[in-house]
Amino acid sequence: MQPYDLPDERGHFGIYGGIFVAETLIAALEELKDAYLTARHDPAFVKEFERELKHYVGRPSPIYHARRLSEKLGGAQILLKREDLNHTGSHKVNNCVGQALLAKRMGKPRVIAETGAGQHGVAAATVAARYGFECVVYMGSEDIKRQAANVYRMKLLGATVVPVESGSKTLKDAMNEAMRDWVTNVSDTFYIIGTVAGPHPYPMLVRDFQTIIGRECLTQMTEAFGRQPDAVIACVGGGSNALGIFHPYIPFQDIRLIGVEAAGEGIATGRHAAPLTANARAGVLHGNRTYLLQDENGQIIETHSISAGLDYPGVGPEHAWLKDSGRAEYVAATDTEALAAFHTLCRYEGIIPALESSHALAHAMKIAPTMGRDKLLLVCLSGRGDKDMHTVAEKSGIQF
Amino acid sequence: MSRIKSTFTRLQTEQRKALIPFITAGFPRPELTVPLMQALVAAGADILELGVPFSDPMADGPTIQRSSEAALAHGMSLQKTLAITSDFRKTDTVTPVVLMGYANPIEAMGQEAFARAAAEAGVDGVLTVDYALEEAAEFAAMLDHVGLDAIFLLAPTSKPERWTELQKLARGYVYYVSVKGVTGKRELDLAEIAARAQAIRAALQLPVGVGFGIRDAKTAAAIAEHADAIIVGSRFIEELENSPAGEELARISALAHELRRGLDSV
Repeated sequence: MQPYDLPDERGHFGIYGGIFVAETLIAALEELKDAYLTARHDPAFVKEFERELKHYVGRPSPIYHARRLSEKLGGAQILLKREDLNHTGSHKVNNCVGQALLAKRMGKPRVIAETGAGQHGVAAATVAARYGFECVVYMGSEDIKRQAANVYRMKLLGATVVPVESGSKTLKDAMNEAMRDWVTNVSDTFYIIGTVAGPHPYPMLVRDFQTIIGRECLTQMTEAFGRQPDAVIACVGGGSNALGIFHPYIPFQDIRLIGVEAAGEGIATGRHAAPLTANARAGVLHGNRTYLLQDENGQIIETHSISAGLDYPGVGPEHAWLKDSGRAEYVAATDTEALAAFHTLCRYEGIIPALESSHALAHAMKIAPTMGRDKLLLVCLSGRGDKDMHTVAEKSGIQF
Repeated sequence: MSRIKSTFTRLQTEQRKALIPFITAGFPRPELTVPLMQALVAAGADILELGVPFSDPMADGPTIQRSSEAALAHGMSLQKTLAITSDFRKTDTVTPVVLMGYANPIEAMGQEAFARAAAEAGVDGVLTVDYALEEAAEFAAMLDHVGLDAIFLLAPTSKPERWTELQKLARGYVYYVSVKGVTGKRELDLAEIAARAQAIRAALQLPVGVGFGIRDAKTAAAIAEHADAIIVGSRFIEELENSPAGEELARISALAHELRRGLDSV
């Protein structure tokens, strides 16, 4: 397959993606698209983005060979792309820096964001402080309970965190509320979407900002291992870390791309957040057409995952397209499997991974023993697990 | 001629403005929706907008969100909203009914299957908030094919070149959103609304209805001077929320009467 030139000019990846929003937002999306298309070809913008990633985020993030873990598994070598070492503790900041620079360029003094686990909210609040924007973060009240430390972090950074009480009180509802804010304050506000979803041009521009992950890997793999990996594995909620690491590898036909969704209590139980793995029907939510967990009447259903960052009923439209085209494979890991992977990485490598990233790790640990020791599995360790102390402790029956 | 078109033609000869109330199907209880529709017509409504409840109503403020959640809790769905319309048609074959909602329930039923079922149920127009013009061409053609009007929103942020774009797909009337924002309570800039509504009316060959944030007869009358129709939603839902059980029809009728009087003073 040749490197493809998607999305089309109206944001479609095959039948997915597009612009499904209320009329009030159309002008803002046009303005954003025009600003981005100019910026991405502007050497000054690109240079500033790269400088910020280097000096503020701390890139490039290393690829770490998890030798003890690989030895224990007895098969393929596990390589970790350490996005957990970024400033703010996850890959989310890459995209936030990019969008903040766009907001600055567009002269918007106020930024808003939605957040699930709080990682994107923290990253948005961080760049808002860095560039001097007013910042409002919408967060489901259920997630606020699960992620108290991140809520406090955002407040320290000067952001206002608004609890969302509607619907299932999680990420999707936070996104609804952020959209409502944007519609209302569209002239002075920049909406920093945290994942490769939403109306065009968001899936494209978030992907582009996140491809720094995969582009670094291309160079680092050659330098450190003399070749590219046999498979690239990443967790998929909306799917921004996955697309960031997959995208530069799409033209390499013989490299498997494996997205790992949240199977929650198991796909068969219906209590999960894995629209691709469960072959959910396509539908329209949050501005794009994609695989969507819904009931027979087209109402969005509540999802379940131990990881708030994967607890979302849809998935970025480009993943939907990559699944249908067969270029990427999608599987799922349960809460139990993710937790086991979490504990294993803590004990064998001295790295505490985010519960989101633990899903990718769980799948790598599942397939590594079936592969030869000469095989290389590149896993995107999208974030660190400090924020998940509470959840993990609770699962182990420990109260702080 | 479609019911919507004949309604506006009649109103024009009578030199009156259309009153378009919005209520959420299934709110406060499914069995009340048809009686509420009948009461609204009796109190002077010209066209009815029936909200199809959706789990993620992104363009709606808290009031309509609450009504949507309550209706869904009562088991309301797109199918059942169509059934309600069929019931309403047993006693009223004249008043146009417009379904207003979001794309996904239609996607789930299938656009073409929905268009056929809606026409069969006696629906006259369909306004799908998140089928932006960019994504609506095929769907609008399907609606047109079965004689339904595709109704679209225009916003204060819509550039004039979109008005002409809209002209290709829009039927029935154009819904001008009076404010940047979601449905519900707020301050309206009457002068700006008047200027926009007039400009759109002059540019398009369609009646223009204005909605979002209109709460009383005085405001309705002021805006109606520059428009063909006034759309009121959240205010009706609030009336239903605040009404003791058994008094819903009376409360709704009183509000519709008041708005009607306001419009007839124009």
